[in-house]
Amino acid sequence: MSDKKRVSRRQFLNYTLTGVGGFMAAGMLAPMVRFAIDPVLQTQEGGDLKSVVSVDEITNEPQRFEWTINQVDAWYESEIQKTAWVYRNDNDEIIALSPICTHLGCTVDWASNEEYPNQFFCPCHAGRYTKDGVNVPGTPPTAPLPMFEHEVRDGMLYLGDAKSRKGA
Amino acid sequence: MLQRLYDWVDERVDITPLWRDIADHEVPEHVNPAHHFSAFVYCFGGLTFFVTVIQILSGMFLTMYYVPDIENAWKSVYYLQREVAYGQIVRGMHHWGASLVIVMLFLHTLRVFFQGAYKKPRELNWVIGVLLFFVMLGLGFTGYLLPWDNKAYFATQVGLEIAAATPLIGDEIRTLLAGDPSIVGAQTLTRFFAIHVFFLPAALFGLMAFHFILIRKQGISGPL
Ligand code: HEM
Ligand code: FES
Repeated sequence: MSDKKRVSRRQFLNYTLTGVGGFMAAGMLAPMVRFAIDPVLQTQEGGDLKSVVSVDEITNEPQRFEWTINQVDAWYESEIQKTAWVYRNDNDEIIALSPICTHLGCTVDWASNEEYPNQFFCPCHAGRYTKDGVNVPGTPPTAPLPMFEHEVRDGMLYLGDAKSRKGA
Repeated sequence: MLQRLYDWVDERVDITPLWRDIADHEVPEHVNPAHHFSAFVYCFGGLTFFVTVIQILSGMFLTMYYVPDIENAWKSVYYLQREVAYGQIVRGMHHWGASLVIVMLFLHTLRVFFQGAYKKPRELNWVIGVLLFFVMLGLGFTGYLLPWDNKAYFATQVGLEIAAATPLIGDEIRTLLAGDPSIVGAQTLTRFFAIHVFFLPAALFGLMAFHFILIRKQGISGPL
């Protein structure tokens, strides 16, 4: 071996000390970092479907229905209220839309703007959606309103989690 | 790569003298365990610092989940320990570290005492060391209440009664600490939390800085 390639005693000590120190620091920090990022790595399990309203009440006009779910927020459990806009479309299918605007999360309302009586309207930045929940191009939202998972059992409409849809 | 980054900064702000002044100095032979094994007693100060760093880091991370409120404190500690990944380890580091730091501090103090290292000109650093010891005991006392379980509650009850035994102003001290003349409750927990994570760590940093500056100025005491 040429003299140039030889590791000096000082270098050797520097390397081993850095290595051992790095190992100790990593051993100390790894559990804390994993602890801190845990919320990002937690898997979300889908909620149960909940009975919301009798199908007889559902018309061709979107109506607001509310129901409560039990929400577990770490050490805090509470009942929270959920809202959906529900109607029957021309094919007699039940459509249940989330009222949460896909722009920045305000709450949309059906036909609340006199100029657009057949659309969902968001008061925050004048976002609009057609009756099927698709965002109107040229208004701030970039994706349609999420749609709730739903099921009809014994004449009752059951709703689950809202699923986002691809942008129009 | 790292060397070039270092050179780039150094060329502009001349950081070499800064770290040289802090880190680059000879370890005298009588302090080096490689020469005399018994010199390991000089490690206790550094070990105290090391465990303190663990306490500060693990404490900061615990605060991400902990809530200082009597309704939720216990539940949040239970949650962070049982449900969060590595929660048991991070809480364990803080829990056991709190005792270990006192042990190290005590061993360090014994070394300084039996070597007479506190003598002139180092009397002031002894005094700072004693203040550090009290701050550390304060951290242990205030931290112990935070999980808000039975052990925590009654330990604090006892501690407050001891404080109340102070002549003349005992009751005032107790109220000041507990936040209420008779209840150990909501206000006690928020006070202890504030003292534990803000006031005492601030005092700790100031005193530690002073302690280390004095060591650097006066050097380590000579061989026996
Ligand atoms: C050297 C300093 C420290 C000592 C000796 C110390 C001591 C303690 C003790 C004895 C407990 C009770 C632990 C248990 O019963 O499991 C505790 C809890 C706690 N400490 Fe510290 N602590 C220190 C520094 C810090 C710092 C700097 C922070 C935050 C910035 C912090 C945040 C907490 C929190 C949030 C708890 C409640 C969680 C739990 O009980 O596990 N601590 N501390
Ligand atoms: S949040 Fe609805 S338009 Fe901006």
